[in-house]
Amino acid sequence: MILNNLTHYEQAILVLSALVLFTSFALLSQPRLLNLINTFAWQGTLLALTAALVAFTSHQPHLYISALLTLILKAWLIPWMLRHQVLKLKLHHETETLTNGTLILLGGIALVIFCYHVTLPLERLSTLATRNIIAISLANVLLSLLLIISHRQAVSQVVGFMAMENGLFFAALVSTHGMPMIVELGIAFDILVASVLFGVFFLHIRENIDTLNVDHMNRLSENEPTVRN
Amino acid sequence: MDHNLNSWLLAAIQTLLFVAIAPLLTGWIKANKCWLQNRSAPPLRQPYRDLHKLFHKEAVIAGQASWIFRVTPYIILGTTVLAAGILPLIATDLPTASIADVIVLVGFLALTRFFTALAALDIGTAFGGMGASREMTLASLTEPAMLMAVFTLAMTASTTNLSTAIDFILSQGFVLRPSFIFAILGLMMIAIAETGRIPIDNPSTHLELTMVHEAMILEYSGRHLALIEWAGQIKLMIYGVLIANLFIPWGIATTSHPTALFWGTISILIKLFILGTFLALSETLLAKLRLFKAPDYLSFALLLSLLGMLSHVILEVGPLTK
Repeated sequence: MILNNLTHYEQAILVLSALVLFTSFALLSQPRLLNLINTFAWQGTLLALTAALVAFTSHQPHLYISALLTLILKAWLIPWMLRHQVLKLKLHHETETLTNGTLILLGGIALVIFCYHVTLPLERLSTLATRNIIAISLANVLLSLLLIISHRQAVSQVVGFMAMENGLFFAALVSTHGMPMIVELGIAFDILVASVLFGVFFLHIRENIDTLNVDHMNRLSENEPTVRN
Repeated sequence: MDHNLNSWLLAAIQTLLFVAIAPLLTGWIKANKCWLQNRSAPPLRQPYRDLHKLFHKEAVIAGQASWIFRVTPYIILGTTVLAAGILPLIATDLPTASIADVIVLVGFLALTRFFTALAALDIGTAFGGMGASREMTLASLTEPAMLMAVFTLAMTASTTNLSTAIDFILSQGFVLRPSFIFAILGLMMIAIAETGRIPIDNPSTHLELTMVHEAMILEYSGRHLALIEWAGQIKLMIYGVLIANLFIPWGIATTSHPTALFWGTISILIKLFILGTFLALSETLLAKLRLFKAPDYLSFALLLSLLGMLSHVILEVGPLTK
């Protein structure tokens, strides 16, 4: 693909998708919960903007609805709910200790290269202007998975889960110009319900074991000493 | 390429101009910082006055100092000026650019660093050794990041030659490249680290716990110090010109016509002054990092450069179609 043959709008889609990838990396190395949630909100905003631009360049008006849904749910409502819960549970002063920060970032880079290699045959088949972004969208999914593995705080893992859904939406957007509307509405509703349920879970976990650090959940009884790593 | 005497003359004038306005850029950044922090600023020619003052002072050299300590200031200024000569400042059609590419530029900067560290160790003081060890630790992290950022550009233009790369970008017109956004951000972070500015090092303090570059040159005085400081100012400008001319090359003269050269000079001055204002702003907003946090900062810069390269390969080139 030669960059000059694309219109500036299509080039802007590439830039935005690169920025989405960057926010995935930013999520990976963010030790503070409120910053993590803000970065997640930015990712949602960028994704909504990408969807709107794809809708504009490919003349698919139904994608505007997806973009609006993404903007409302992932850039505003879910971050707002998560932020509310973090403040209510008084977690906003805590910083997570991320072990091997640089190693995880390098692992993330390796994942991106892996995704590029895996999606190459798929990209060769596609004729869409957004075909090069498929690798990036898959990388977003895997980076969110890496986020869930590397973070120890339940709230960050939920953010990772939501970011994974962002990646899936992104993949659908760039490989086939979006899923059927009914599927997208269903997923949006799912995500909304999930975030409410996670909130309830946070409260219960907190009440029962006094912490949201998942390392502490490995203990079988109160008397057993905490095993770190 | 066939280069006549005129173009060599142009290259020489350009390098002289580079060396001459480097202190002005430092003065501009300093003045901006003062204005932002609500202090009264020194005049823009203050760095020239400081250099003038230092050149007329006696150079004190420790009794144990070997010849390395004496020649280092000249080597530092010499290699820095050579590095400045490679960079297209106001025109791209230069004979110097066709004999040395960007890897030579990075090599010159590495040579400067090597001799600075060697001279710091030579005198045998605790500060010198400490500064040298810190500098080399940071350098091992900045150099790969810088090369990655530069290679991103080289891959886009299919050349490591700076003049050809700039010509290529100019010929493409306005193209939004995701890789350039990351590369420019990465290069800016590296430039801040390499030139010893906040948040990695503070150029205006001599607090022993935090010094990196200042600790290495603590034993220098008089004309030796003047040479080193001047080289530092040129180095800052090298990074500024690298960022301004590689990523935003519009305005640079592609011919050696006097009008084009005039506009090239004006445009690079404007670009450098804007970059200087940005640097002053970031130095006012940020606090200095602890030394142990510096690797985090630099690995972030490396990540940005790597992302630049990856987005070039993945997004801009993509799979080769038959």
